[in-house]
Amino acid sequence: MTNQTTEKLETLDTDAGAGGGLRLSGVRMLHSWRTAGIAIPFLILFVTLSITSQPFLHTSNLINILDQQAATLCIAAAGTLVLVAGGIDLSVGATYGLATVVAGEIAAHHSPVLAIGAAILVGLFVGLINGLIVTVFKINPLITTLAMSFVIGGLAVKVSGGNLIVLSQNSGFFKFANAQFLTVPSAVWMTLVVVVVLGLLLSRTSFGRYTVASGGNAEAARLAGVRVNLIRVIAFTLSGGAAGLGGVIDISRLLSAQAGSGGNALAFTVLAGIVVGGTSIAGGEGSVWRTAIGVLFIALIGNGIDLLGVDPLYQQIVLGVILLIAVGLDSWARHRRR
Amino acid sequence: MSVRTSEEHPHQTADIPGGDLVVAGVSKRYGGVPALSDVSLTIEPGKIHSLIGENGAGKSTLGKIISGVIEPDDGALTLGGQPLVLRSPREAIAKGIITIAQELAIVPGLTVAENVYLGSELTTGGFVRRRESRRQFRELAQHVGFDLSPDVRAGNLSTADQQKVEIMRALSRNASIVVMDEPSAALSSNESAALHEIIRSLARRGSAVVLISHFLSEVLSLSDTITTLRDGHLVRTVDASGATEESLIEGMLGRSLSSVFPEKAPVDTSAPIVLEVDHLSAPGVSDCSFVLRQGEILGISGLVGAGRSELARAIFRDAKVAAGTVRLSGSELDGHSPHRSIGRGLVLIPESRKEMGLLMGRSVRENISLSRLDLVSRMGWIAAFRERRSVSQLMEKTTVKAANMGLPAMMLSGGNQQKLLFARSLMCSPSVLIADEPTRGVDVGSKRAIYDLLVEMAQGGMGIIVISSELEEVLGLAHRTLVMRHGRFTADLSGEDMNEQSVLAAAFAENNAT
Repeated sequence: MTNQTTEKLETLDTDAGAGGGLRLSGVRMLHSWRTAGIAIPFLILFVTLSITSQPFLHTSNLINILDQQAATLCIAAAGTLVLVAGGIDLSVGATYGLATVVAGEIAAHHSPVLAIGAAILVGLFVGLINGLIVTVFKINPLITTLAMSFVIGGLAVKVSGGNLIVLSQNSGFFKFANAQFLTVPSAVWMTLVVVVVLGLLLSRTSFGRYTVASGGNAEAARLAGVRVNLIRVIAFTLSGGAAGLGGVIDISRLLSAQAGSGGNALAFTVLAGIVVGGTSIAGGEGSVWRTAIGVLFIALIGNGIDLLGVDPLYQQIVLGVILLIAVGLDSWARHRRR
Repeated sequence: MSVRTSEEHPHQTADIPGGDLVVAGVSKRYGGVPALSDVSLTIEPGKIHSLIGENGAGKSTLGKIISGVIEPDDGALTLGGQPLVLRSPREAIAKGIITIAQELAIVPGLTVAENVYLGSELTTGGFVRRRESRRQFRELAQHVGFDLSPDVRAGNLSTADQQKVEIMRALSRNASIVVMDEPSAALSSNESAALHEIIRSLARRGSAVVLISHFLSEVLSLSDTITTLRDGHLVRTVDASGATEESLIEGMLGRSLSSVFPEKAPVDTSAPIVLEVDHLSAPGVSDCSFVLRQGEILGISGLVGAGRSELARAIFRDAKVAAGTVRLSGSELDGHSPHRSIGRGLVLIPESRKEMGLLMGRSVRENISLSRLDLVSRMGWIAAFRERRSVSQLMEKTTVKAANMGLPAMMLSGGNQQKLLFARSLMCSPSVLIADEPTRGVDVGSKRAIYDLLVEMAQGGMGIIVISSELEEVLGLAHRTLVMRHGRFTADLSGEDMNEQSVLAAAFAENNAT
C-alpha cells in the first residue's frame, strides 16, 4: 500500500497545484469517505441501538423499518441517478401523492393491475415532462421540479376531489405490497429489486457511465459524444416512475390515499437520504447502495428515538445537523480538489 | 502613481521595501516527494527574471513560495536584507509582491474598475467612493497606456483585456515584485506583444518581474536573467544575452532535443479527400471552404477570436450552422450533435481540456473509454476486462504515464491529461481529427510526444486539423496552413510560402479581410 502511494505521488504534477500533497490527501480522503462513508456511522448506530434498546434487534422491528421505508428507498434510489446526472427532483413527493390517489381511485372500481399500472405510468409521465422541460427548455431543474410539484399537487386534488380514499383490505390490491415471502412482505422484496437494478445500472452499465459523465462535466461529456439530454430525461423519467411505484406500494400497505400525502416532506427526506449517502449535490458522483444506507440511517435515527423514548423533536434537529455535515463534507472535498 | 486608500488597508500606503529578493536554499516537499530542493537565487529590482523548466520541475512551486501561497519547508527568503516570512498571499501583497496567476482571478460580474480595486476599495465609512476610484483608474490606465473603460463588465472582455485588468490591479498596489505564471498562455501573438511591452515597462519602473513561462522565445526576448529548474533542482542561472533556445532546452531536459518537431512526411496529393467543407457559415465563421486529404495535417492559424475554435465546432456540428455543408468521406454530415459526428468518424479534441475535455474527478479508464463504451460492452453492460485491455493498449499507444488506470484524471500532469484525450480519440478510430490547441499548458517533453502522435495518426491515414495559437507549432506540423481573420480565411499557404511572415501578414491583414 505504501509502495503504491509513492508510485501515485510520482505521477502527480506538483508544479500545477497549490499543494499536490494536500490535494492528494484531500482526494484520497474524499474517495475513502465516499466509498466507505455512511456505512461506518450506520454500523455504529445499528450496534448502539442493538445494545441500548431491547426491541430494536427483533426481526419484526427490522422488517417493519424496511417496510415503512420501502417507498422512500425506491424513490431515493432513482433520485440518486437524477442527482448524479446533474439534476435534482423535488417533485417526487407530489408525484407520489398523485400516484396514490390515481391508484386509489382506479382500484376502488377496477382491477388492481390497472390501478398499479396506471399509477406507475403517471409517475413515468411526470418524470418525462420534468426531463423534457429541464433539457429542451433549459430551465433549472430545481425550479422546474418545484413548479411541477405544485402543478401535480393540484392535479392530485382534482383527481381525488379532495377526499380521503379508503380501500378494503380484501381487495387484490392489498396483496401487492403485503404478500409475504419468507416472512418478508413483497414491498421489501420489490424495493430490494429496485435498489439492486438501479445500483447496477449506475455502476456497471454504459448508461451509468454516461450519467456520471453528464453530471460531472456536461460540456465535456457532450463533446465526447454522450447524449447528455437523453441521459437526463431518462434519469428524470426513472425518478418519476419510482415515485409512482412508491405511491402504489404505500397505498397498498396503508389502504388509504389522500392528495396531500407525500408532498415536500417526502421530497426532502429522499434528498436527505441521497446526500447523507454521499452522493454529490453537484452531480457526477454517487452510488445507489449508499443512498439506501443513507435512507436507512435516517430511518434508524427515527426508530431509535422512538424506541428510546426520546422527545421526537430531536429527530429533526439531528437530521438537520447530519445533513449539514454530509453536504459540508461534499463541498469541502470538492473545494480541496481545485 | 498615487493610489491611496482608507485606513482599513494599511498595506496600501505602507512603504514598499525595495532591494533584492534573495531566495536561499529553499526546499519544499509534497507528501515526501521533493518538489524543490535547495534552490537559491537573487531577484533584482528593475530586472526580468524568468523561471523555466518542464511541468513538475518546480518553477510554479518556487513562484508560489515567492508570492506567499505556500511556505517552504527549508531555507529562507530575504527582501532588501530583511528576513521575509510570508504566511499568505495577503502578507506577500503587503510587502509589494503581487502575483498574476495562470488562471485569471477576475470577477466577471464586476466592472473593470471594481476588479482593479477589488479588496482594496476606496471607502468612506464603508461606502465605496465610486467617482474617486474611477478617477484613479483613469490615471492608472493612462500611465500604463491601456485603453480600457472602467465601467465595462470584466466578463465581457477578451482574455487579453482581462489580463490587463489583473496587471492594473498589480500596479494599483505598488508592486515591487510581480510574479507572472504563464501570462501569455491564453494570448494570441499580437496580444502577447502588448503584454511584453507591459512587462518591460514594469521593469523600467523599477519592479522586479518573475516570469514563469513555457515559451522559450518569449523568455529569451524579455528576460535579463534566466533560471532553469529540473526535477526541483536549480540547473543554472544565466544571463539571457548568453542563452539560446537550444541551450535552454538542453538545460530543461538534461539532454538536447534533436528537433522540436518530427519530420514531415510528404502528403500524397492524390489521396482521397476525407473532409470537404463548403461555404460554411456559422456564428463567428463566414463562408469557409477547404478540403482535407487522407494523411494530411492542416494547420489553422490566426489570432485568438479569429473564429478558429468556432470553425472547429461548426464542422463538428456542435454549433448552429447557418449555411454551407460539411462532407465526410464523400457523404454529407448532417444532424447537429457531437454524438452523431463521432459516430461518422469525426472527432474533436477541444481547446480546454479542463472545461471541455475531461471528467477531472473520474478515472483515467473512464475518461478514455467514454466515447466508445459500446466497443467494450454488450447490451449496455460494461465488460470490465475488455475495457481494461482496450484502455491499457490505448495508454501505451499514446504514452500516457499514470501509476494505474484508476487514478483520477486530475492527478495527472497537463501533458498526460492531454494524452488522455488523444487516447479517447484514437479509440473512436476517426477518419478526421480536429485538435484545438493540442499542447496548451503542456511541457516540452510531452509536446514532442503529442507531435509524434499527430504525425503518426496522419501517417495511419487520418486527416488532421491542428488549430494552434503557437505559430511555430502550426508551421512545424502542418503540410498546409489556413489563416483566419474575422471568421474568414485570408490565406492558404503551403510549401515555401508557409512561413512566419506570411502567416502573420494574413492574420493581421486589414485590407485582405472581406
